[in-house]
Amino acid sequence: MIIHHPILGPRDAQEFVYLGDASLIDRPDGMTAGVEAFHDYAYNRDNPAGEHRELWYHEQGDRSWLVVTRNTVTHEISRVELARDVARSRGRSK
Amino acid sequence: MTQSHRVAGGQIDRSQSLRFTFDGLPYQGHPGDTLASALLANGVRLMGRSFKYHRPRGPLSAGSEEPNALVELRTGGRQEPNTRATVAELYDGLEANSQNRWPGLRFDALAINDRLSTFFAAGFYYKTFMWPKSFWEKLYEPIIRRAAGLGSVSREEDPDAYDKGFLHCDLLVIGAGPAGLMAALTAGRAGKRVILADEDFRMGGRLNAETHAVGGVAGADWANVAVAELGAMPNVRLMARTTVVGAFDHGIYSAVERVSDHLPMPLSGKPRQVLWRIYSTRAILCGGATERPIAFENNDRPGIMLAGALRAYANRWGVKAGDRAAIFTNNDDGLRTAIDLQAKGVDVMAVIDSREGGELLPGIRHLRGAEVIDSTGRLGLTSITVRQANGRNETIAVDALGVSGGWNPNVNIHSHHRSRPVWDASIAAFVPGADGPPGLLVAGAAAGVMATHAALRTGRDAAIAALGLAGATPDLPEAEDAPVRIMPLWHVAHGRGRAWIDQQNDVTVKDIKLAAQENFTSVEHMKRYTTLGMATDQGKTGNVIGLAIMAELTGRSIPETGTTIYRPPYTPVAMGTLAGRSRGKEFKPCRLTPSHHWAAEQGATFVEVGNWLRTQWVPKAGETEWRQSVDREVLATRRSVGICDVTTLGKIDIQGTDAGAFLDRVYANTFSTLAVGKCRYGLMLREDGIVFDDGTTARMGPHEYVMTTTTANAVTVFRHLEFCRQCLWPDMDVQLISTTEAWAQFSVAGPNARKLLEKVVDQDISDAAFPYMGAGNITVGGLRARLFRISFSGELAYEIAVPTRYGDALLREMLARGAEFEPIVYGTEALGVMRIEKGHVAGGELNGQSTALNMGLGKMVSKKKDSIGMVLSQREGLNDPSGYRLVGVRPVDPTAKLVAGSHFLEKGAAPVLANDGGWLTSKVFSPHVGCDIALGYLKGGDAKIGNRMRAVNLLSGLDTEVEIVSPHFVDPEGERLRG
Repeated sequence: MIIHHPILGPRDAQEFVYLGDASLIDRPDGMTAGVEAFHDYAYNRDNPAGEHRELWYHEQGDRSWLVVTRNTVTHEISRVELARDVARSRGRSK
Repeated sequence: MTQSHRVAGGQIDRSQSLRFTFDGLPYQGHPGDTLASALLANGVRLMGRSFKYHRPRGPLSAGSEEPNALVELRTGGRQEPNTRATVAELYDGLEANSQNRWPGLRFDALAINDRLSTFFAAGFYYKTFMWPKSFWEKLYEPIIRRAAGLGSVSREEDPDAYDKGFLHCDLLVIGAGPAGLMAALTAGRAGKRVILADEDFRMGGRLNAETHAVGGVAGADWANVAVAELGAMPNVRLMARTTVVGAFDHGIYSAVERVSDHLPMPLSGKPRQVLWRIYSTRAILCGGATERPIAFENNDRPGIMLAGALRAYANRWGVKAGDRAAIFTNNDDGLRTAIDLQAKGVDVMAVIDSREGGELLPGIRHLRGAEVIDSTGRLGLTSITVRQANGRNETIAVDALGVSGGWNPNVNIHSHHRSRPVWDASIAAFVPGADGPPGLLVAGAAAGVMATHAALRTGRDAAIAALGLAGATPDLPEAEDAPVRIMPLWHVAHGRGRAWIDQQNDVTVKDIKLAAQENFTSVEHMKRYTTLGMATDQGKTGNVIGLAIMAELTGRSIPETGTTIYRPPYTPVAMGTLAGRSRGKEFKPCRLTPSHHWAAEQGATFVEVGNWLRTQWVPKAGETEWRQSVDREVLATRRSVGICDVTTLGKIDIQGTDAGAFLDRVYANTFSTLAVGKCRYGLMLREDGIVFDDGTTARMGPHEYVMTTTTANAVTVFRHLEFCRQCLWPDMDVQLISTTEAWAQFSVAGPNARKLLEKVVDQDISDAAFPYMGAGNITVGGLRARLFRISFSGELAYEIAVPTRYGDALLREMLARGAEFEPIVYGTEALGVMRIEKGHVAGGELNGQSTALNMGLGKMVSKKKDSIGMVLSQREGLNDPSGYRLVGVRPVDPTAKLVAGSHFLEKGAAPVLANDGGWLTSKVFSPHVGCDIALGYLKGGDAKIGNRMRAVNLLSGLDTEVEIVSPHFVDPEGERLRG
């Protein structure tokens, strides 16, 4: 597969490490959320046949975490974003 | 030996002769020959024995689809089994041997299987060898495996090198027949970067095997000119002997280039084969088509071939497979073979054409509405029996029979993304369906376009469409444009004997009938039940016949019956090619520590730790056993001072105004409160509350920390920290950099550690100036260095770091300047002994299943702040008071042995799971304690200190009475650390 890195352009997927569902960005706050919320966060994933937003890490490159929107059926990649930007857009800060 | 079957013409170089042997007998051929064409030229038809029945077999085809003519090529370490003689390029000195026969090819004792064929129908082994069950693995399967089979592998190491390479292009053209050449010419002339790959050593595809004219010259000559034009273009890369074996995502294709297989051995410095990864913007599959046979009784004798193969041997290689030939066909293409063979001087005795009516071939006995129903000839064809349209049987003496059941487009690569081929009744074959790999077009016979002119046209048009070429359209040369005329015939309904469909797996029409009878009617079930389409040829000639017969038997149409699809690779790939350079010592990178050369000079033993080679122990003269060295290293360290290279531990510099807050989030314990110039043990959890890693982290400045990780997790911890930094807290002011490779770091441990270091460092490191858990930047003879007063061994200890290139010098300097303390260097074994004596957790305890509470570190998890894993570590199930706790273990009898992995059992308890109390995680012999000691996880271990239990290991046959003790075997109060 080829991932179009927002900064570095097309890169072979072999340079990346795959983590999984981009919902891992939405970590609950440990001081307010309870075990149930963390249980959902840590263990529950959607498994769509189709479009899937997922985290890839450019380990053999610039160490960017990316959010890649990939169709799990066709492997078509329709969007690649810096995970930092996605995290901020979802309200994460410090 | 004379080449008795050589006829005029062909693309071989008759000015040179090549010598070769087959089963030890000498023969001669010419450059341009394959092993199969050369053997046929020498009158050798018998080349192998079949998989199951050991039937005598000759080549069925003249290409990579070959099911029968598999040989062991070369000898010694280069021996390669299952090589298709039909594509093995002849070279001088080639040695080949037949396989799957004993004692010889002409007399094979296992041919008895053929007489017993009733017992060997599809699925026989599931039914026949069911009882008793225990006999299967030890008796039945080995015998079946030996009797049925392919070639044998060499037990020697392969002496050749294999490489991997990467190529980029605008257009990849797969196959260099008329369509592929025209596509490449169109794109090449437009200035596009083109790769043209063909599995054959001679480009041109079917043009080399036909007598058609293209552009007014022989097709092969037109191909030559086209290849020469392409070869002169700097933007075109011609890759002969290169099979595109798979289509992957986003325009990536893999291809195997056989760089040296046509030579006795690779030229110096050259690999045998290269596995290419080709990045293409667009690709065109011009893979041609493969002819299929018609099944009839005894249709597998040497001398019976595909009609197109018979024609290819005659036209391309100047070889007649026999003196008296017949053709059995259901389509017009078979007629061409008859005409071409006659032109080469072969006596064409008859054309048996299953179609009724129609025009008759002039000058040839053309039997319409007739079928071949049987054949004779023990080791090769001697006659065929023909049932004529009037029902009369006639025996015709022939030594070659060409069979044509039509041509199947080579859709394989188009199916690699699960695209299902669709049935095209007009050519009675499957053609590429929808949803092929994005960017891949198909042209020529692979698209079901069988005529030469149409192939040229579709090749050109595909290149224009793929690349969006505007402007002048290249003219096409004149060529034949004959329609496909076929009346499907899959098998001849006659007789009770066996009619082969898949010759490689010995699958017959009967086996398909059996599959239908037992309701394995789906194509996927049929394939697995009968083994149709398995092994090296993957059913390239047999699959469609098999499913067409299944369609007949079940009263469904062929589209309703469907077809299995194809996975990579298109043709078999040698394991060495997939491995490339990654073998032996080059299997993975090898990282050496800064003290490696010093240690090697001392004759040290090394151990692989991840990619690192670490010193395991450093023997002294007279030490003959590893334990002598390790015990000495431990005792010398605890008595005076020892040095250990700990460079492999992960080191991460963490800087920024939020560095402390960041560490509080990623560690279970608190770091923002750590004073500058101090370090602290840190415990890192996963989000599920399980311990991820541990290490010490030092605060070097207000906004600057240095983290250490375990050797094993250096990469994954860094990845995790980047995840936390970028994805969870993107606005934290914190930066990370891995400095594992930048610093050489040594542990200096023992009562004399400070005294030794005082001889090399420039600063005051007295206990007052540099207390326990102190950390700071220092200098060593003016060189920048870092010092940490931390201990893994339980002794007074420091870790000192210098820039990596000074590591070797620092070690030598410490040993020389501290000579009066008789320092020793210890390896990972002594390191392990001392950490277990001290009760520190490491790999065996950090097993990815254990919590801080299990390790006796539960209090380290702060609940006053949010950190990764904090919440889920509080789950009830992980906080069971009777759960596993880290304990120390020693045998009651000091001479008794312990084994890591042994399980705790109460006295008298049976060794069953219900009584399991936990297990020994790490074990060593402790020279300090004087016996084996171990750490372990014991259920409710806190309350069991002082108890006696058993450590049972059924694998080692050990059942040892042990005492449960504190995990701190050495200096439990930590007085030595603070000395």
